[in-house]
Amino acid sequence: MANTFRMGGVHPEPNKLTAGMKIEPAALPKQAVFPLSQHIGAPAVPCVQKGDRVLVGTKIAEPGGFMSAFIHSSVSGKVAKIDTIVDASGQRKPAIFIDVEGDEWEPSIDRSDKVALQCDMAASDIIDKIRNAGVVGMGGACFPTHVKLCPPKDCKIDTLIINAVECEPYLTADHRLMLEYSDQIIVGIRIILRALGIDRAVIGIEENKPDAIELMKMKTAMVSGIEVMPLKMRYPQGGEKQLIEAVTGRQVPPPPALPANVGCVVQNVGTVFAIYEAVQKNKPLFERIVTVTGKSVSNPCNLKVRMGTPVSQLIEQAGGMPQDTGKLISGGPMMGRPLLGTEAPVVKGTSGILMLPEKDAVRREERNCIRCAKCVQACPMGLEPYLLGTASENADWETAEENWITSCIECGCCQSTCPSRRPLLDWVRLGKNKVNGIIRARNAKK
Amino acid sequence: MAEKLYISTSPHVHCGDTIEKNMHWVITALMPAMVASFIIFGLGAFIVTATSVASCLLSEWLINRYLLHRDRSTLGDGSAVITGLLLAFNLPSNLPVFAVVMGALVAIGIGKMAFGGLGNNPFNPALVGRVFLLISFPSRMTSWPVPHQMTAYSDAVTGATPLSQFGYANDSIPGYWDLFIGNTGGSLGEVCALALLIGFAILLWRKVITWHIPVTIMLTVAALTGIMWLVNPVTYVDPLTHLLSGGLMLGSIFMATDYVTSPMTVKGQVWYGVGIGFLTVVIRLFGSYPEGMSFAILIMNAIVPLINNWCKPKHFGEAA
Repeated sequence: MANTFRMGGVHPEPNKLTAGMKIEPAALPKQAVFPLSQHIGAPAVPCVQKGDRVLVGTKIAEPGGFMSAFIHSSVSGKVAKIDTIVDASGQRKPAIFIDVEGDEWEPSIDRSDKVALQCDMAASDIIDKIRNAGVVGMGGACFPTHVKLCPPKDCKIDTLIINAVECEPYLTADHRLMLEYSDQIIVGIRIILRALGIDRAVIGIEENKPDAIELMKMKTAMVSGIEVMPLKMRYPQGGEKQLIEAVTGRQVPPPPALPANVGCVVQNVGTVFAIYEAVQKNKPLFERIVTVTGKSVSNPCNLKVRMGTPVSQLIEQAGGMPQDTGKLISGGPMMGRPLLGTEAPVVKGTSGILMLPEKDAVRREERNCIRCAKCVQACPMGLEPYLLGTASENADWETAEENWITSCIECGCCQSTCPSRRPLLDWVRLGKNKVNGIIRARNAKK
Repeated sequence: MAEKLYISTSPHVHCGDTIEKNMHWVITALMPAMVASFIIFGLGAFIVTATSVASCLLSEWLINRYLLHRDRSTLGDGSAVITGLLLAFNLPSNLPVFAVVMGALVAIGIGKMAFGGLGNNPFNPALVGRVFLLISFPSRMTSWPVPHQMTAYSDAVTGATPLSQFGYANDSIPGYWDLFIGNTGGSLGEVCALALLIGFAILLWRKVITWHIPVTIMLTVAALTGIMWLVNPVTYVDPLTHLLSGGLMLGSIFMATDYVTSPMTVKGQVWYGVGIGFLTVVIRLFGSYPEGMSFAILIMNAIVPLINNWCKPKHFGEAA
């Protein structure tokens, strides 16, 4: 019996249309756009000016604080302007626009295909290199990786967990990455183990990817300390807390506790690959795998995309946007963000571009809660979404806080099972933001 | 490209479940018991069921239209049909039409619509209707026709039911098999345990309900009546007879599991089930009414908000 997390969870249709499709390179854009907030934390600060010439891999923005990240150019050319653009968050944010000329890389980047196995660097040098390469969590949250690799001193880390679950329907970027770059991923894992100073890593993969499980098992057979753990299919297993529980049986206490408090560090398999490239190849994070998909898409595919490429170009490469499209999503259908249009650029956290047919995209009319308790059964955090939703609707922040609204991981299980079609997560998200604000204000007063 | 794109936050997909689907499966699960009631009680069962369902639908429509001034009909969600069926199942098959209509009006009007419609009612509407009739027409509501009078309605011959015999000599109580297939007197939908269990299986298969509430009620009743039976087998009947007779099956499978009026967590549902089982046994053995199921469920309905407060789900990471 494969492991899984204990409470809640749902089984959305997997729809992994692109699981068998090789990663293809995406065409270079004419103009690449780099929003300055591509990560959790402070926005990056531009270090180029209009008219500057940049190469592929040139730093164009510096971290705006400890919790922030470098941004590198993914193209060579000239900085056209520093302006604003509507990004995947739906908000207008500052960004650097670069007009593409040729494809000239920074000479320090090792462009050979040879897998660089050896790494004798000290932990601090590795973390420094990762920071300088602008690596952030590639699963979607975009947490700066160097911060995650420096856990609080009082926490004893014993296990590195590699998140290769990819429980979001439709997305296959991580799956393909494992199949096509398995050796690099193993080296990446060894580098992270070295940086953390521990000797145990577990790769968590859901059972719907038997080929990846088999390949990773084969590749890790001769490597001591790295284990492949098949996990039962269940959403949201890729959630950090759920994955830690599935793999180790440990539950991370409620916020502000971190995974480090139970001795774990979790890294997405895409991040592991980025770390390999950063440390072994001197290649900053300016490319990623993006699944471009949808039930009516004529040519769904997995693309290796330069950051800053407009989404419209990827859609074109996938055969254009189908007639019946009702919603364009950056990411998966459970946690992805809706896009306002196709001009938004690919950023570090773009794991997929999903075109949902109109009939799937329309929300049905909301009805009274019939107290069927399906949301309570589905919640992987042991919350009562119906109660939190109503509390937020009534602006009853006290009840919301008492009932742990801040623990919500926004997985969407509640809303996706509600027979009354209540927008539970919309309300909970609102309440969570409010309550977090109230808690911050209260702490500031102390 | 599409002319417009929808913008709403995640999740963007839904499992496809709707209120209607759940309600339609409950109606389907009630069908075996309905067919059984027609076979056992004949014409009377048909008249009472049809009247009850029709008057529930009509009351809901009229109240929506003329009292609440809502434009949209809520009949389509199927809950009024369920209330109608369950109310009928709780009535003797010779109850006059006017009484059935009154019961339906109270069930829908006072039991449900007065609180704002489906989802807001604290009490099971069908039981509100039933208890109203029980208090208003005690003798009519506690004398049940004997089975197999196919063409009889108001002229049906009534007889003793197993529950009313519990206090007397044990030899007049029907055997297990008769109780199981419904060859006995009683409210029209409650007598055939077999049909109700088939309905239970359908509800479990379609995941409309979980087993917790029905099974805890049955176990509690079996345990408590078992103790009494072991203490004094002459005065008290055995637990299996208790399980198979009266409204226990109907109540525990279809009435206590009503989404709106039952607790939200598994822990809460178990306590709720234990409470219903306990109250049922107390009323059956020591109360002046022969059957305690309806009162037990209504009393427990009343404390569901408290149960919801006491029985919170276990929060992730809390004292793991």
